[in-house]
Amino acid sequence: MSSRRSSRSRQASGSRNITDDQINDLVSKLQQLLPEIRDRRSDKVSAAKVLQETCNYIRSLHREVDDLSERLSELLATTDTAQAAIIRNLLMQ
Amino acid sequence: MSSSLISNPVTNTDRSRDPSKRRKKKKAQLKQQLEEQNIKWKSPAQQQIYSSKLHQALARVNLGSSGSSAGDAPRRGKAVREAADRVLAVTAKGKTRWSRAILTNRLKLKFRKHKRQRITAAAASPARSKKPRVSVLRLRGKSLPTVQRKVRFLGRLVPGCRKQPVPVILEEAIDYISALEMQVRAMSTLADLLSGSTTPGAGSSSSAPPS
Repeated sequence: MSSRRSSRSRQASGSRNITDDQINDLVSKLQQLLPEIRDRRSDKVSAAKVLQETCNYIRSLHREVDDLSERLSELLATTDTAQAAIIRNLLMQ
Repeated sequence: MSSSLISNPVTNTDRSRDPSKRRKKKKAQLKQQLEEQNIKWKSPAQQQIYSSKLHQALARVNLGSSGSSAGDAPRRGKAVREAADRVLAVTAKGKTRWSRAILTNRLKLKFRKHKRQRITAAAASPARSKKPRVSVLRLRGKSLPTVQRKVRFLGRLVPGCRKQPVPVILEEAIDYISALEMQVRAMSTLADLLSGSTTPGAGSSSSAPPS
C-alpha cells in the first residue's frame, strides 16, 4: 500500500516519511477507543473496519450532543437563577 | 482538586530535520502525548472545568434568548450546541487542530456575516457537510484505496482536518473522540442535575430552593 500511496500526486511530499508502523499504531489506538471493537476482543479487525466504526461513532456522538443540547435548552428555559446558583455550587464540588 | 496534567508540546517542526533520529524520539513522544491527552479528557477535574464553563456560557445564551420570544426551539438548541462546542474547544486550550478550527470558524463567520441565522446554519455544516467530493475522486479513473478513502471521510467529520495528511487526521480523531465523550458525559450530568432539581424530592439536590 505504501507504493500506491507514494505514487499519488495528491499527497504532500512529507507523506513519504510516514511509516506504516505509525499509521498502524494510530489505528490501534483508535481501536481501543471504540466501544464496540474493544468489547469484542479480537485482534483481527481490519483498518477499514476501524475507520468505518470511528466515523459511525463520531456521528452518533454528534447526535447525542445534539439531543443533549436540545434537552438542556428546554431545561434552561425553566430553571430560575436561584437554582442555577445551587447547581453551580454542586458543580464546583 | 487541581488539574496539573502537563502534556508535551506537539513537535511538528521536527519532522523535517533529522528523520531517523527524530522519528524514534517523536514516536515515543507521540505515544506519550496521546496517552496523556486521553487521560486528560477522562479526568473528573477536566470535566468539572468544562461543566462550570459550559454553565456560564449557557447562562449567557439563555439571557440572550429569553428577551426575545423563546419559541424557536431549534435555534436555541443549536445555540446551546454551539456554545458547548466552543467551550469544549476552549477547554482543549487550543493544542489540537480541531479546537482551533472550531474557534476560528465562529470568529470568521461572525465577522463576515451579520445575520445570526446564517451563523447558526453555516457553523453547523462544516462539521457535518456531506459535499459531493466523492464524485471528484472517482473521476480520476482509479479510486483511492479503501483505507485512504475512509480516512478522508473521517477528516470531513472532524472539524479542521479536511486537507490534512493521514496521520494528522488519525491523531486529531483520537483526541476529538475523547473530547466528545467527555462533552457527552458533562452535558448529561448537567441535564440530570437540572431535571433533578425541578422535580422536588428526586435527584441528588440536597437543599430545596426557597420559592
